[in-house]
Amino acid sequence: MKRSILVFIVLLGFPLVMSAMDNLFYVSFASRVIIYAIAATSLNLVLGYGGMISFGHAAFVGAGAYVASICIAEGVTSAWLGWPAAIAASALAAWLIGAVSLRTRGVYFIMITLAFAQMAFYLVNSMKAYGGDEGLTLPQRAELGLGLDLGNEVVFYYVVLFLLAISLYGLHRVMQSRFGRVVVAIRENEARAEAIGLPVYRYKLVCFVIAGAVAGLAGALLASHGKYVNPNVLHWVQSGTLMIMVILGGVGHLWGGAIGAAVLLGLEHVISDYPIPWLAAVAPNYPQHANLGVGLVMLAIVLFAPHGVAGLLSRRRGA
Amino acid sequence: MLELRRVSKRFVGVVATDDVTLEVKSGEVHALIGPNGAGKTTLISQISGTLPSDRGEIRFDGRDITHARPYERVKLGLARSYQITSIFKRFTVLDNLALAVQARSGSSFSFWRPVSRETALTDEARSIAGEVGLHEKQNALAATLAHGEQRALEVGLALATRPKLVLLDEPLAGMGPEEAQRMIALIDRIRSHVTVLLVEHDMDAVFRLANRISVLVNGRLIAGGAPETIKADEQVRKAYLGDEVAA
Repeated sequence: MKRSILVFIVLLGFPLVMSAMDNLFYVSFASRVIIYAIAATSLNLVLGYGGMISFGHAAFVGAGAYVASICIAEGVTSAWLGWPAAIAASALAAWLIGAVSLRTRGVYFIMITLAFAQMAFYLVNSMKAYGGDEGLTLPQRAELGLGLDLGNEVVFYYVVLFLLAISLYGLHRVMQSRFGRVVVAIRENEARAEAIGLPVYRYKLVCFVIAGAVAGLAGALLASHGKYVNPNVLHWVQSGTLMIMVILGGVGHLWGGAIGAAVLLGLEHVISDYPIPWLAAVAPNYPQHANLGVGLVMLAIVLFAPHGVAGLLSRRRGA
Repeated sequence: MLELRRVSKRFVGVVATDDVTLEVKSGEVHALIGPNGAGKTTLISQISGTLPSDRGEIRFDGRDITHARPYERVKLGLARSYQITSIFKRFTVLDNLALAVQARSGSSFSFWRPVSRETALTDEARSIAGEVGLHEKQNALAATLAHGEQRALEVGLALATRPKLVLLDEPLAGMGPEEAQRMIALIDRIRSHVTVLLVEHDMDAVFRLANRISVLVNGRLIAGGAPETIKADEQVRKAYLGDEVAA
């Protein structure tokens, strides 16, 4: 808890320092990392705590992004309408997809969630009214009112940081509640959980819907952040990226999703924007293949730190 | 209390249980014995609902539960323990038991209040830990327990659901003599308030505990009755008991 507060204090100071240095790019970049942190944290609830290997989480991020974008495109610019609508749409999508997928297990569950997400991907691809495969450019970000201008990078940063804090605190509380205890128990031993009288399907579905709803919020933020949305936000690669974030950061760790998002996006940025001279001399195009570097780091994490970066940090502290 | 009528289960090419009709009366310890592969665990799984029956009817406490989900049967008061230990290994003993208590007391769709502050759950879990002899291990991770202690927790999980009838699938499996005596004493204690259907290979335990015994061979019940009757039954001796009892 102490360390979490410390991290947030540093994050609160970050845009002040960057503004002083007149470097708003990094404030905007950090906002993007934080939004992905929210999305990855929501996946961690399902994947890490619930043990449900969902390979279709991008569908819920995408549903939220599209619903929020369509609201703005249609002139409903208030975040107080657009974001709850995005959350509701993603929760509904998660409920529908989960109700079917959660009747299967193991590889079948992975495949069926992937299939549903790809169906959603092709669905938005065919939505010609909202840009189809070219995507949808928004005239502005959502409006929050309260004297907060989301068009301002620093304000936007603080808003998404606030929402990340709520998400993490919420996850922390939920995992200590009766519901959280049940979710982990189902991950540990599903048959036994049912044999002591727990309707496991219902708990898994509710868990899946909560995660979908939070992913929807992340999607809405993502759309506002870039003032643009396109079908790639629902592509299976996006689901894979979120999974990699969770695994990198720490499966089933409170901060796992957030750390994973920071490491992955940070790494991508460093590799593609700061070419190493001698490497660039040998392979001039290598910064375009940032995924190779990400892959190597991923490999190292899986081999040497199977509990992710968060696991590494908490083990250090324990030692 | 529990009635099976012509219950059958067949797997591809194998008849696991065949036309089993059995009644477990309220308050008794009813032992189900039979050689390995006789279908005892299959029958337990059919009764607890994890395996659907192909044919037949299962009634519990006057209700038809043939098609009820496993958790629904637990809610009606029908719990089981497993032959192969099935516990929450990364939970402490207390958390294991508190979870089972939680499953039957109040809604678990509670998302905010820390469960650790629900003293009623912890208190009851503690009392069950004491009942099954795990009082001193209550804060240990289940994975770190000795085999016999895990077996005790296994039975404790079933008891924590406050069943009217508990299905114990080889509770003595793999236990040393001392641990076995403790488990037998435990079953002897709970019989005053819980009906027991006991699957067990340890004949000593069976004859000490059971009011009635049913014998399952190749999926069929070949005999049933009081322990003395079963001991004397020629067919049972031949099929199962062998020299062990004759000697």
